[in-house]
Amino acid sequence: MPRAKEAETQAKSGRSSRRFKITPLGDAALYVELGQRVDTALNSRAIKLAQLLQARRDVREAIAGYASVVVHYDPEQITARGLTAAVQKLSGTRADSVPPGRLHRIPVFYDGPDLAETAQTLELPVKELIRLHSETTYRCFMVGFVPGWAFLGPLPERLRLPRRKVPRKQVPPGSVAIATAQTGIYPLPSPGGWHLIGRTDVKVFLPNSDPPCLLRTGDRIRFFPA
Amino acid sequence: MNETGDQAPQFKVEQPGVFSAIQDLGRPGRRIAGVPPGGAMDRFALAAANLLVGNPAGAAALECALTGPTLEILDRCVLAVTGADFEPTLNGRAVPGWTGLFCAPGDRLSFGGRRWGARAYVAVAGGLAADRWLGSAATYVLIGRGGLQGRPLKREDVLHRAGSAPRPLVAGRELPQPYRPPYSTEPELMTVAGPQLGRIKAAGKRLLFGQPWTVSSDADRMGYRLQGPQLPTTGADVVSFGLTSGCIQLPQSGQPILLMADGQTAGGYPVVGGVARCDLTLAAQLLPGESLRFRETRVETAQAEYRSRWAALDRIR
Repeated sequence: MPRAKEAETQAKSGRSSRRFKITPLGDAALYVELGQRVDTALNSRAIKLAQLLQARRDVREAIAGYASVVVHYDPEQITARGLTAAVQKLSGTRADSVPPGRLHRIPVFYDGPDLAETAQTLELPVKELIRLHSETTYRCFMVGFVPGWAFLGPLPERLRLPRRKVPRKQVPPGSVAIATAQTGIYPLPSPGGWHLIGRTDVKVFLPNSDPPCLLRTGDRIRFFPA
Repeated sequence: MNETGDQAPQFKVEQPGVFSAIQDLGRPGRRIAGVPPGGAMDRFALAAANLLVGNPAGAAALECALTGPTLEILDRCVLAVTGADFEPTLNGRAVPGWTGLFCAPGDRLSFGGRRWGARAYVAVAGGLAADRWLGSAATYVLIGRGGLQGRPLKREDVLHRAGSAPRPLVAGRELPQPYRPPYSTEPELMTVAGPQLGRIKAAGKRLLFGQPWTVSSDADRMGYRLQGPQLPTTGADVVSFGLTSGCIQLPQSGQPILLMADGQTAGGYPVVGGVARCDLTLAAQLLPGESLRFRETRVETAQAEYRSRWAALDRIR
């Protein structure tokens, strides 16, 4: 398969920034890296690429990350090398045709246990923190980690702070939290190291739906004070 | 929602064991919602148990971790015990593993003790009735779905058969030792180089592939934290990307994490390797304190080995 070889060589040389870096993830998946930045355009390209790959018969699941796609394939239908070449051929694909994601407006009770402390750390009045958090339209860059968890961002610069030094053993579901450049809604009771600034009654994990989540990669989210 | 059909009561749980739960081959296709495929940790052993009793490979069966349960048989059946050797007995008499066994009402399946391994599988002809979630009977305890109300077995539970057992009931099918996976108490796991392996340089790579890694007490169906030589730090985390079982994550601690069946579907730790599917079966049989090694392997080699191991199951039919 000379074509596959050529694609692989080009992928390795990395001369063109458009070329993907493709590496195996175990023996039934490939990791396709588009970049290493949190960037809406990169994320749109990842979503587009995942959509194109998901339509293939030999692909079981194509999962868009912030700036990558993980392609779970059926080794009985295609080789890693063959799929690498096929993915590389799509490297010129533009993301123009990706429609903007659905817009969710999510009511938040800004009364989280960390609200006051977080405002203090950020040297902001609580009111200002709430205003900044709720006047931004966030993007869902990826869904994963635990069922229903959506990575939302980017957070306004003024709201960025590291994770808590000591994570909580149990965070209640519906908690609205921030950390680094991200914000999110805890779908399940779970341990967590983010700063809890509020809570919402909107359920993001929907066990009786399929797929069982409210937020999907590429969706837009706007919080408003309840 | 249960499956329809002849749901005869099959087992009464006298003792549940440490952690016994219904599993099948999982629910692929929902990583998009953050749901891992889950299912049996030792997929080969679950598939073999099912085939030995005449079921499809992916029927619902019991996965019993650390110890076996004690089950009273309520209806005549053929069952098979595979995976770990916990010394299965029928009415107190030792019975062979990896073999279809005929049982009558009133019989009692129990287990003596652990000879080796971490997870035994019990399949019954006709399969087990179970709550299905997203197309699978696999118990997913994190959210309490699948299997028996999403939880492990407890005393006094009654397990029903999913449907009519295949007729005639055939006992005595077996899978001899040479056709089983090469289980070991210190297995060498075929491992494909991961996307961020380059970050630990040649010295780190030598440690990763040259030294044994001990399974820590922090080991469950989601993953195993491993302990061993200090690996070099890998710099900043990666922007979060998709993960799969078998991924070897390397957090800043320098001690790797091996993701297993219920592992997280996304993360930002560098991934230095991916254990081959067929060798996750070997990892599934390890307990805390036991060790494993990673052996660097090409994708094609790992896939060929998977085919050859699973081809052994064709002998059962």
